[in-house]
Amino acid sequence: MSTATIVSLPDQSTARIPKVNFLTKENGLLSWLLTGDHKRIATLYLISITFFFFIGGALAALIRLQLLTPGAELMATDTYDKVFSMHGLIMVFFFLVPSVPATIGNFVIPIMVGAKDLALPKINLLSWYLYVIAGIMMIYTMSVGGVDTGWTFTTPLSTHYLNTHVVSAGLAVFVAGFSSIFTGLNFIVTIHKMRCPGMTWFRLPLFVWSNYAASVLMVLGTPVLAITLVLVVLERTLGIGVFDPAKGGDPLLFQHLFWFYSHPAVYIMILPGFGVISEVVSTFSRKRVFGYTAVAFSSVAIAVFGFFVWAHHMFIMGISNYSALVFSLLTMLVAVPSAIKIYNWAFTLYKGSITFETPMLYALGFMGLFTIGGLTGVFLGSTGTDIHLTETYFVVAHFHFVMVGGMLMSFLSGIHFWWPKWTGRMYPEKISQFAAVVTYIGFNLTFFPQFILGMLGMPRRYASYPPEFQVLNVFSTAGATVLGVGYLLPLLYLTWSLKYGAIAGENPWQATGLEWQIQSPPLTENFAETPIMDHEAYDYDWLERKQASEVASV
Amino acid sequence: MIEGTHEHKDETEEQIHIVSPRIYILIGATLLILTGTTAAVSFVELGPFNVVVALAIAVIKAMLVVLFFMHLRYSPRLTKLTAISGIFIFLGLISMTLADYISRAWGRW
Repeated sequence: MSTATIVSLPDQSTARIPKVNFLTKENGLLSWLLTGDHKRIATLYLISITFFFFIGGALAALIRLQLLTPGAELMATDTYDKVFSMHGLIMVFFFLVPSVPATIGNFVIPIMVGAKDLALPKINLLSWYLYVIAGIMMIYTMSVGGVDTGWTFTTPLSTHYLNTHVVSAGLAVFVAGFSSIFTGLNFIVTIHKMRCPGMTWFRLPLFVWSNYAASVLMVLGTPVLAITLVLVVLERTLGIGVFDPAKGGDPLLFQHLFWFYSHPAVYIMILPGFGVISEVVSTFSRKRVFGYTAVAFSSVAIAVFGFFVWAHHMFIMGISNYSALVFSLLTMLVAVPSAIKIYNWAFTLYKGSITFETPMLYALGFMGLFTIGGLTGVFLGSTGTDIHLTETYFVVAHFHFVMVGGMLMSFLSGIHFWWPKWTGRMYPEKISQFAAVVTYIGFNLTFFPQFILGMLGMPRRYASYPPEFQVLNVFSTAGATVLGVGYLLPLLYLTWSLKYGAIAGENPWQATGLEWQIQSPPLTENFAETPIMDHEAYDYDWLERKQASEVASV
Repeated sequence: MIEGTHEHKDETEEQIHIVSPRIYILIGATLLILTGTTAAVSFVELGPFNVVVALAIAVIKAMLVVLFFMHLRYSPRLTKLTAISGIFIFLGLISMTLADYISRAWGRW
């Protein structure tokens, strides 16, 4: 690994964190709980989602421990059902959906567009409170006995056959949905209305574009999920019969409605991650993102196509052959904009001055793992192979390659990238590079064997399996422990860096975004005076000229 | 500074349109009449058309509320586009779901 670095820190003997910043402006618990500042709300979100991530992670550890041996030795089979259901629900709705938008997006989008705050600060705070209420409802569900429907609430299992806490879990997800609608709404209004003078659409950083596309999905898709879950609750409590064939309903209707949200939901989760990767790859290659316009529009294309592929989750569920054919073709279309992004990042690297700081290591990991995750999606989108692979560990591996290998890697990349801006201090570089490599190794060891297990026919959602699958399952569980270390390390050293990290200064990465031209941590108002955008995004020549003129004037 | 703002002229120069009380009362009365119609029709046996009529009346009422009470009629084009995008996605949901139900009866190809 090259030791070259672009990091440029101020002289540590004289550097100080600015006395006035958004963290020190006001003190006391109430100043946080009643804040309208997007940066403080982002911080609240960061703490909350980290809390839920470690609950979800603990449940994942239990799943992997159970699958270490072929029999159901660790817990009863119905307990296992509850554990994997709660793992899915917490990770999807309480970590992945809000992860990048509500934390990093909340923090940097207003600064990137040159605004003082989001357009609707109180709605932003309300969104966090709804998230917390939903989280409490989910913890209540877990503490009174949990739910064992899987994260998909599939009917008629959820409405007719189970006596677990489907209603409180469904309502928790309902409330969490409104939290994400409010975040999306806020981003859309902010990006349309609050751009600073000179900030045209095609001067916006690509992080803003991808979050805009994800916000459109949140606002248009989430209400469908909310209505569907209310219908499940009504079906269960009052027996209204929408999903009950005995009363003229149809259980497959539930899956249509559920996947109409939940397929776009995976783009809600991954699109903001794409945005992080665009920023990081450009910064650590010292080059403008190759094909800026294509990358920007591919986000929008993913958002639009994403709404018309949902029935690929239902190929074996009894939908019509003709429908399956159409949805299979439409699914292949989504591969095009995703591939545009991967190719354009690769071309950005080409002849760039690449350095390997931690955010870049995570970004490179993302590019590899997301490519594998995306391409195995093509296997599952083809109706023929899907019949063999669906409901096996192949699907579990595919989903985790996209969501953990893709989304979680980009989240960690973004957290490390913007950490100096957020806290004013650097994280320790060597140990974090080590953590990134450990995460990558642990991830592959955990999930790659699951592709093979799925190909061999091991079904998902069972507490036990035939003994011949044990070797690969032991690999997977061993990998999960390595992965766990990879996730614990950042928690420890990032907390450490809050007090002991080196002073970062304004622009440790020599990056071009507006957020890097202001103090770190930023002022509550972000900018001392309204910025005027007079250059393209990722214009490193502009940055050089600016720094040269600053040196000259000093 | 100026170039950024002039292209959004129709967005920034929003004038708040004042709707006369007469229109509000008229729309309110229409909504009440339509509600009465929905209730009345439910007592008439129309076979499968009971649902069709009820939904048609509901759609008309929703449109009146969105257009007049929520001021969509007097809003800039961007707001109209936002509302239409919701309808577009909803039509995608309905039509592609129904396409599955209709073609299930066709059997295998």
